Amino acid sequence: MINFLTFSENLPSNQEISKSQFFSPFIILIQAILSQNKLKLHKQLNKQMQLLRRVYQFGSTKHRFASDITSTNRQKMNLFQAINNALDIELGANPKALLFGEDVKFGGVFRCSQGLNEKYGTDRVFNTPLCEQGIGAFGIGLASVGYTAIAEIQFGDYIFPAFDQIVNEAAKFRYRSGNQFNCGSLTIRSTWGAVGHGALYHSQSPEAYFAHTPGLKVVVPRDPIQAKGLLLASIRDKNPVIFFEPKALYRNAEDEVPLDDYELELSKAEVVQQGKHITLIGYGTSIRVLKEASKLAEKDGVSCEIIDLQTIYPYDGQTLVDSVKKTGRCIITHEAPQTCGMGAELSAFIQEKCFLHLEAPIKRVAGYDTPFPLVHEPIYLPDKFKIYEAIKQSVNY
Amino acid sequence: MKHFMRFSKISKAFKEVPSQYVYQINPIQNFEQIKQFRVIDLEGNLIAKEYNNIPKETLNQIFDLMLTIEEMDNILYMSQRQGKISFYMTSFGETATTVGTTAALQPQDFIFPQYREQGSFMWRGFTIEQIVNQCIGNHLDGGKGRQMPVHYGSKDLNIVTVSSPLTTQVPQASGAGYGFRVNGENKIAATWFGEGAASEGDFHSAMNFAQTLKCQTLFLCRNNHYAISTPTDDQFKGDTIAGKAPAYGMRTLKIDGNDLLAVYNGVKYAREEIIKNKEPFFIEFITYRIGDHSTSDHSVLYRSQEEIDSWKSGNNPINRLGLFLKKQGLRQFNDEHDNQIRKDVKNRVIAALKHGSEQQSPSIHDLFTDVYDEVLPHLQDQYTQLREHLTKYKDQYPINKFKGGL
Repeated sequence: MINFLTFSENLPSNQEISKSQFFSPFIILIQAILSQNKLKLHKQLNKQMQLLRRVYQFGSTKHRFASDITSTNRQKMNLFQAINNALDIELGANPKALLFGEDVKFGGVFRCSQGLNEKYGTDRVFNTPLCEQGIGAFGIGLASVGYTAIAEIQFGDYIFPAFDQIVNEAAKFRYRSGNQFNCGSLTIRSTWGAVGHGALYHSQSPEAYFAHTPGLKVVVPRDPIQAKGLLLASIRDKNPVIFFEPKALYRNAEDEVPLDDYELELSKAEVVQQGKHITLIGYGTSIRVLKEASKLAEKDGVSCEIIDLQTIYPYDGQTLVDSVKKTGRCIITHEAPQTCGMGAELSAFIQEKCFLHLEAPIKRVAGYDTPFPLVHEPIYLPDKFKIYEAIKQSVNY
Repeated sequence: MKHFMRFSKISKAFKEVPSQYVYQINPIQNFEQIKQFRVIDLEGNLIAKEYNNIPKETLNQIFDLMLTIEEMDNILYMSQRQGKISFYMTSFGETATTVGTTAALQPQDFIFPQYREQGSFMWRGFTIEQIVNQCIGNHLDGGKGRQMPVHYGSKDLNIVTVSSPLTTQVPQASGAGYGFRVNGENKIAATWFGEGAASEGDFHSAMNFAQTLKCQTLFLCRNNHYAISTPTDDQFKGDTIAGKAPAYGMRTLKIDGNDLLAVYNGVKYAREEIIKNKEPFFIEFITYRIGDHSTSDHSVLYRSQEEIDSWKSGNNPINRLGLFLKKQGLRQFNDEHDNQIRKDVKNRVIAALKHGSEQQSPSIHDLFTDVYDEVLPHLQDQYTQLREHLTKYKDQYPINKFKGGL
C-alpha cells in the first residue's frame, strides 16, 4: 500500500495553490496514461487525486450561521453521517490528521468513522488499546509535535480517566511553556447526553467540568448541519477542543447537509427562534425540547426567543445579553445536574449584565442533583412540560 | 477513482494447539533478574573493550558538563536557602544518565523530560543564564514566568516543557513517536521518568500504546532508589521497572546508570534499533540520588548518611568517568584546571543570579496571554478589570515589578 503521507508532504497547503497548479494534475494524468506504465500511472493518479482534493478544498468557507451557506450541493444526512463527512473532509485535506480511539477502525460503535479506515489506511485511522487516559495523552503528544489528533472517547461518561491529561496537560500546554509549545491541533470527540436507556454511565453530560478549565474549548452541536461545521472549526481551531456529540441525535436528527468544506464560528451563539417575551437558552438535544416548550407557550400568547449556545466555553455572552435585555426574562436548560451546571454560570453572568432589565429571576430547568437514573429517566429529564411551567412562572412573576 | 484498501475481516477460527496446555498448577512468579549492562567498573577500568568507541573530545565535553552541573546545582541549592530563588532540584549522582543519553541522541529527537534532567537541557545548549532566569521567573524566562523553578522547556532544543504532574509526559511521548513513524521521520520521542513515576497509570498506558501502535519512542527510567522518601521497596515488587517492559512485548535494557560509557552505548544502540524496527525501546538506568529530592526535602530523615556516602565515594558517575579518562590517557588531570572550571561556573551562576534578580517580571498582560492562541474577549474583559483595580489601588501592589508597569 502506498504511503499516503510521504506523497502529501510535498503538497502545498491550501493557501499556496496557484492556477498553474490547478491545471497541472490533469496534464500529469494525461502524461501518465499515455506512458502506459501501470505502476507509474497508479502512483500519479494517487498523487493527483490528493492534489485535486486539496484544490477542491481551497477556500474552505467560514460562516457565522448555517443559514449563510448558499450551497445547493447537499445530501440528506443524519448526525453520525454528518460527523463522518466532516472527518472524511479533514482526513482528505490534511495529511497530518489522524483519527483514533476504541473501535474506531471498524467504523465506530456509532458508525461515525465508517469507511474511513478503508479509505485512509490503518496508520491514520486506527484502534487504540482500551485506555482513555492513554487516548488523551497520546493525542496531546501527537498535537505537540504538529499532528492533527482527533481522539475519540466512546462515552463522555468514560472521559474521566483522561481528566488529568485534559485539565492539567492539554489545557495548560501553551500557557506553561510560554507559548513555546502547544497542543492546539488536538480535538477530543465524545458522545454526550441522555439516550433513553443509558442510566448512570451512558447518559452523562460532563461539559461543566471542562468549562471550568481555562485553556479548553467545549462545543456541543444541535443538529447535523451545525455538527459538521462546528466539528471542522473545532479540529482546525488552534486550541484543544472537546466536542460532545449528542448520541440521541445520531440517527434521529436528519437534515440536508452541504457537502462542501465549511466551518461555523466557535464562541458564537445562534438565535434559532426569534421571540419577544422570554429568552430560552440551551444546547445540544435541549434545543428540540425548548422548541416544543415554546409551542406550548405560544398557545398562551407567549413569544419565546430560543438561543443555542453552541460553544459552551468560552461562550458568546453578547448574544445572550442582547436577548435578555430585549425580553427581560430568561430560562436556561440542560440535562446535566443543576448545581454548578452551565445554568449556574450563565445565570450569574446574565444577572450581572442585565440586572435592571430583568422582570423575573433567571430560572434553571436542569437534571436533578442525582446520578443519571434508569427507570426514573422520564421524570428526571428537563422536558418540555417542566420548561413550559417555568416559562409560565417567569411570565407571571 | 477511489483509492481503496480492501477491508479484510480478520477472523481467527479456533485451532487446537496441544503444546499450549499444562496439566499441573505451577504459578509463575520470579523471572530471571535482568542484569545491568556495564562497560567500566567502579574504578574506571575498561571491561567491555568493544564499547570504548566514544570520541575523546565528546568524552571530555561530557566530563566538563558533569562538573559544571554539579557546581551549578551546588550554588543554586544554596541560593534557595538564601532566598534568591524559591525552589530547586539538584541532580547529584545522576548526570551520567542525562548527559550521556542526550549525547547519544540526535538533535532532532524530541525529549519529554520529568524534572531532574538539567543534563539533557545543558548538553543541547541550554545556558546557565536560561536556567537561572527560569528559576527566578523574570521576563527573560522562555516560559514567561509561569511556572515554579526547574520547569524548563525549549522549542529550539526540542525539549518539551517540564510539568509538575508526574508521568503525564510518558504517554505523550508515545503519541509523538507514533507521529514520527507514520510520517517516516528520522526522529524519536525520548521520555524521562523516575522509578516512582513508573507506578502511575500513565506509565502503563504509555508502554502499552507504544508497543501496540509501534511508536518511535524511547523510554528512559532513572531508577535512583528514592521517590522523595519512598524507597524502591515500598514502590514496587518484581524485577525493578525493566522487568515490566518485556511483558508489553518491548525490547528492554537495564544499564548501570553511573557508567557513562554504558549509558552512551546503550542509548545509541536503542535509538538505531527504534529507527530500524520502527518499534519502541525501554531502558532502565540504575543510579542513585545523592542529593535531597528538592530544597523542600531533608533526606537524612529517611536514610542514613552512611548510605549516601557509600554511593558518593563507591559508585559515583563523575569519579568513574574521571578515572577512566585518566587511565586511558584521554584527559590530562590537573587540579588547577578542574578547580578553574568549577570557579568559572560558580562565578557565572552568581552573575546570572545577580543579573536575573535585577530584571523585571513579565508584563501584567502576560497573565492573560497564551491561555489560548489569542486573548479571547472574556479574558480581555478580565484584564481590563484588573487594570482598573490596579490603577485604583496602585500603592498596594508591586506594579513596577512587572515589565511595562501598568
